[in-house]
Amino acid sequence: MITVARTDTSTLGAWWWTVDRWTLVALGLIMGFGAVLILAASPAAGERIGLSGFYFATRQMVYLTMATGVTFAISLLSPLWVRRLGAVGFLGSLVLLVLTLLVGPEINGAQRWIALPGLSIQPSEFVKPCFAVTVAWMFAAQRERSGIPGDAIAIALLVVVASLLLMQPDLGQTFVVAAVWGVQFFIAGLPMVWVIALALGGVLLVVGAYFTMPHVAERIDGFLSPQNGNPYQVERALEAFERGGLLGQGPGEGTVKQTLPDAHSDFIFAVAGEELGAIACLIIIALFAFIVLRGFSRMLQEDSLFVLLAATGLLAQFGLQAMINMASSVHLMPTKGMTLPFISYGGSSLMAMSLGMGMVLALTRRRVNRGDGV
Amino acid sequence: MSRRRNAPCAPHDGTQRPAGPVRRALRLDGTRKEVLETGRTRLLVAGIVFAVAFSAIGVRVLDLAVLNGGDTRDVATRADGPPPVQTRADIVDRNGHVLATTLPVAALYAEPREVDNPAQVAHQLAPILTESTAAELQALLDSAKSFVWLDRNLTPRQQYRVNRLGIPALHFKQSEKRFYPYGELTAHAVGYTNVDGKGIAGIEQSFNQLLKDSNQPLKLSLDVRVQHILMEELRAKMQEFEGIGAAGLVMDVRTGELLALASLPTYNPHEPGRASDDARFNRATLGIYEMGSTFKIFSTAAALETNAVSLFDKFDVSEPIRKAGFTIRDYKSKDGKLTVPQIFMHSSNIGTVKMAMETGTEVQRNTLRDLGLTRPVTLEIPEVGTPMVPNPWREISTVTVSYGHGIAVNAVQLASAVGATVNHGRRHAPTLLKRDPSDVGPGTRVFSAKTSRQMRKLMRLVVEYGTGKNADAYGYRVGGKTGTADKPDHGGYGEAQISSFVGAFPMDDPRYVVFAMIDEPKGQEHTYGYATGGWVAAPVVKHVIERMGPLLGIEPRPVKTPEKENHPLLVNALSEDERVASN
Repeated sequence: MITVARTDTSTLGAWWWTVDRWTLVALGLIMGFGAVLILAASPAAGERIGLSGFYFATRQMVYLTMATGVTFAISLLSPLWVRRLGAVGFLGSLVLLVLTLLVGPEINGAQRWIALPGLSIQPSEFVKPCFAVTVAWMFAAQRERSGIPGDAIAIALLVVVASLLLMQPDLGQTFVVAAVWGVQFFIAGLPMVWVIALALGGVLLVVGAYFTMPHVAERIDGFLSPQNGNPYQVERALEAFERGGLLGQGPGEGTVKQTLPDAHSDFIFAVAGEELGAIACLIIIALFAFIVLRGFSRMLQEDSLFVLLAATGLLAQFGLQAMINMASSVHLMPTKGMTLPFISYGGSSLMAMSLGMGMVLALTRRRVNRGDGV
Repeated sequence: MSRRRNAPCAPHDGTQRPAGPVRRALRLDGTRKEVLETGRTRLLVAGIVFAVAFSAIGVRVLDLAVLNGGDTRDVATRADGPPPVQTRADIVDRNGHVLATTLPVAALYAEPREVDNPAQVAHQLAPILTESTAAELQALLDSAKSFVWLDRNLTPRQQYRVNRLGIPALHFKQSEKRFYPYGELTAHAVGYTNVDGKGIAGIEQSFNQLLKDSNQPLKLSLDVRVQHILMEELRAKMQEFEGIGAAGLVMDVRTGELLALASLPTYNPHEPGRASDDARFNRATLGIYEMGSTFKIFSTAAALETNAVSLFDKFDVSEPIRKAGFTIRDYKSKDGKLTVPQIFMHSSNIGTVKMAMETGTEVQRNTLRDLGLTRPVTLEIPEVGTPMVPNPWREISTVTVSYGHGIAVNAVQLASAVGATVNHGRRHAPTLLKRDPSDVGPGTRVFSAKTSRQMRKLMRLVVEYGTGKNADAYGYRVGGKTGTADKPDHGGYGEAQISSFVGAFPMDDPRYVVFAMIDEPKGQEHTYGYATGGWVAAPVVKHVIERMGPLLGIEPRPVKTPEKENHPLLVNALSEDERVASN
């Protein structure tokens, strides 16, 4: 039991008494599930590509430790510093996104990575939380009558980011970024006419993608006409849930990871379904939902528009990504390469997520001077 | 850990509390509150959407785990592997012995482009694939083709050995092969299929579609035991008399079923391509022959049936008949007058011709037509010869036809007509399929029962005292008639003969007709140079009857053949001179 006196005014003491500990616990549980699942799924994945059995697991453990640190460190920040960090991070990731297109190696027909010695990073992961914060700032600024044309800048930024992502091409990330942006604009008070117009625009974009990008069309066709047989991975994933039943086969006892190439990343939820069972899956879903909805509910009492928009955007991104990943695994939507936050293997994803959730924790901390300064 | 939700200095309700220590612009406060208010409302909406979406995923997980997803996945409706193949139906004999069946075999092929070392592979395969030499295999493997068959028909042992070589470029394809367990024994009747399993001869051809569609074996009238006996006896005499071929059959006179149908030489139905045309030629059905004296059965029966002649009428056979440039002499020159039994027994051509003249052309033609001798016989195989009949049917035709020349028929027709003659005058169409006893009709009446009875006595006489003595299987009351016909040769008749014997037994109530024919037998020293039907074919019939009788449950019964002089049919016929002479 941590004993921190309420009167403790040190940074740590203040943090402990002001941070949302329920969200903290939920995040910790999710990471715990992630650790178990990655231990189960990664040996199969590692051996498939000729790495030592626990290559992925070992790395993920290191990332998880780092992620905990990053989350904690960022959750110490004040909203103002969150805004600054978001803006600087956004500029930095924009540069990286451009670099990706210039020097990134092409993998499976897409340039998404920047290779550094020892590791490679995926800037599109980092751009998401930073963009959400920056856009929140812009929307808030517009409404604070500070003379900044925030809405226009937000629109322009979206165009820039979406273009850079589509050039990789990475339709999934583009979708998440645009959707989060839309949620934020919606909450910032976008007139309903425009809400409808944007929704229609989104639909048009999807239709456009269907007709201009063959791989997108293929996936959507495959989803809409299951009589032609589901994609291999989806088929295996569904089998996994059925094999798992309510209570699962037991951690490490599953077999689907042997045949699912992306068992440690995009389809880790299927591994959870097979090894831990439906009840554990429901718990995982509930944890994600809890974090999102708990964050939202705290925002209902928030007076700072920036904090409201930024936290909502970050939570929406977190929740949307989790939903897309899980919905793909259970074949409620076409497969999208999307990681399950804090559970899927992936350094960039994990770091970016801890950045985002660190910011959420920072923004949802109880503040004496709420509504002030930002 | 504190369960209090709020830190001490964080009041509950943001909307009611003062707007904080800093009030930068009071005039903005209203707008700002409005914006926040909208934002909170919409946040609620977003929260609900998220909650619903997460719930949907949860429901779906439960649906998959507990209800198996309502079977959205492809569900196999049958076992893996190729669909069950409809194999060609078996052909069996009347007792269910398999005459033709289909077995799965492995066919071996290679994709030459995958073969690294054709010489080595060929060297390894050659001892296993007995059909090809290493050089032939290497030529196949060296070819530029993308696919070559190496062997279409591997036994499981061969397949195992090929597999054990572990050569990745060799592949198997599941295939089928038609097998004939009795091989050449029933080759002509059963026929054979081509490499694609299509029947192209015999029953296999006629019933190709039925065999393809049915999974019930097709039951033939043949009895492999009888077939084997007939083949063996025919082959023995054919070799003994150096014949070029032989044919024979056994027919149930009460149903028309053929228990045996033989043609020699025969062939291996697994490799029909290697057999000569002569071997594949069915002498029993496709071959038509001038049958010679066996036709006297029909001439005599027609004469008796129409009462043109009665049994004890006498005919002068001392003078040769000269008609239209032909001179008809008797085989055995007999002086004086002969009664009908004597004419038949000694196979007198002159006597038979004289009877036929009494009977007349019209009756002869109608009788042969009713006996089915003038049209192709209806048999279930495609290899059926069309008879050659006189056209026009002049008086001279009547003369030659009466002793079996100038008309050519196949063995089945002849046996069927003999069957009708002995079977109380009722003819049953010959068949190669087993007939259900309830399907056997009364048959077509050709002769009266009386004529049939007289003919049976006459035929028995031939075996007791006449030309057919060699057919007398002890106890089986065999009756029959010999036939020795000259083979047509360059427009005339040459030395070559067709020697045959058609017999039936038991003569008091005949069950079976047995026919044997040797093509071009040569006279032997022990037969005093004779190669006639009585010497060559009658023993075949005798042996066949002796061997098949017990198998088919016909009891031999000791019969006492009376002295020739005391035979009721002959006692009145013998002239005073003869009686004196024989004394």
